Amino acid sequence: MLRIDSLRRGRFGPFDLALAPGEACAVTGPSGAGKSVLLRMVADLDPSEGRVSLDGTDREAMPAPLWRRQVTYLAAEPGWWAETVAEHFPADAPSRLAPEREALRLPPEVFGWPVARLSTGERQRLALLRALAGGPRVLLLDEPTASLDPDSVRGAEAVIARRRAAGLIVLLVSHDPAQVARLAARRLAVADGRPA
Amino acid sequence: MTPGPLDLALGAGFVLLNAGLSALLGLGLARTILVAACRLVAQLTLVGLVLRTVFGLGAPGPVVGVVAVMALAAAYEIGARQERPLRGPWRYALGGVVTAGATVIAVAVGLAALRPQPWWNPHALIPLSGIVLGSVMSGIAIGLNGFTAAVRGERAGIEARLALGATRDEALAPLVRSAIRAGLIPVLNQMAAAGLITLPGMMTGQILAGQDPEGAASSQILILFLLAGASGLGVTGAVLAASRRLTDARHRLRLDRLA
Repeated sequence: MLRIDSLRRGRFGPFDLALAPGEACAVTGPSGAGKSVLLRMVADLDPSEGRVSLDGTDREAMPAPLWRRQVTYLAAEPGWWAETVAEHFPADAPSRLAPEREALRLPPEVFGWPVARLSTGERQRLALLRALAGGPRVLLLDEPTASLDPDSVRGAEAVIARRRAAGLIVLLVSHDPAQVARLAARRLAVADGRPA
Repeated sequence: MTPGPLDLALGAGFVLLNAGLSALLGLGLARTILVAACRLVAQLTLVGLVLRTVFGLGAPGPVVGVVAVMALAAAYEIGARQERPLRGPWRYALGGVVTAGATVIAVAVGLAALRPQPWWNPHALIPLSGIVLGSVMSGIAIGLNGFTAAVRGERAGIEARLALGATRDEALAPLVRSAIRAGLIPVLNQMAAAGLITLPGMMTGQILAGQDPEGAASSQILILFLLAGASGLGVTGAVLAASRRLTDARHRLRLDRLA
């Protein structure tokens, strides 16, 4: 269970939300409303006030890196820090993640590719795979399929759905109403930094 | 062999020639050259006067005071050379404190080796502190500037690592390493090139002043060791401190702490 209690920072919030294992909630609203800010606050990537807990354990009760391994944020424009794709993954990832890599329509050789050669869509799918590699309990997805073709979108949604069936909690920012309808049973509308 | 006013005028003629050349070629540097030459004359004459007074007082307080003023100037220079400095007093304080610490250690080693009598003898303490401060200052200025620029440029990659559960030290390690390396290149070059490509300034001065070149060489070796040690400590300390300042205890990247 992910619990968010009066989470706020500056002009953003307060936000309250509780999500059970396997549940998905879509965060909707116009650009600049504070959707990404909310996700970043939940991941503790920006300073914030209020409480966030996972299964009754407060995030302050554990080191931030440990929290983020369980509550993982995936940015809309994911960053890279090494030359090849493989360096961004744990050593056992290529074999362990093979089915999900395939569902995302990425070839097995992808791990040997240089990051500079990747297309925007490939980056986005690899970043999703990378976020899944750590086995998070909560995934905070910021427009995860914005630059994907329809086939890849279906692949990404299938991967997310399978993880949810195994208990993954998903908080999703998406501008696509059809995707919101497909993926998320719950909504959190945000306007002007506040729940609308 | 001290040059008199007439000899200096000869040297000044050389600078004027340079300025004339610049005007002739339209480089637009003539004014800058003349202003810099005038500043040089004024500054060094003034420093010579102040130092002579301090040397004459025969007390440790004024000598240490002169060194402290030099350290403040170094702190200011480091802060002034940052493209995107740290916000608030950190801009000058971080570089200044680390520079002062590294200089104190290096000068203590230097004094232990040279054993001047008394330890605060201004003939040893002031030039020693000055040369160490200058070297540490330029290393730290380069290291800090490179580090903050790299952190800003690599923001997405750093935050991606943090979001996946890396600690702040893990996420910043490659940037810390390359900034330290960049900050140490000048002093490493100085060591490697000493004697072959340039005669270091201090050694040149000593030889010109009539000292035995072998003695001048051995004191130059000692000085370069002190510079290398102090720069290593200073640059490493400053970049590590900046990496702490640009993150917080919850392992967040805090670019809001840059101006």
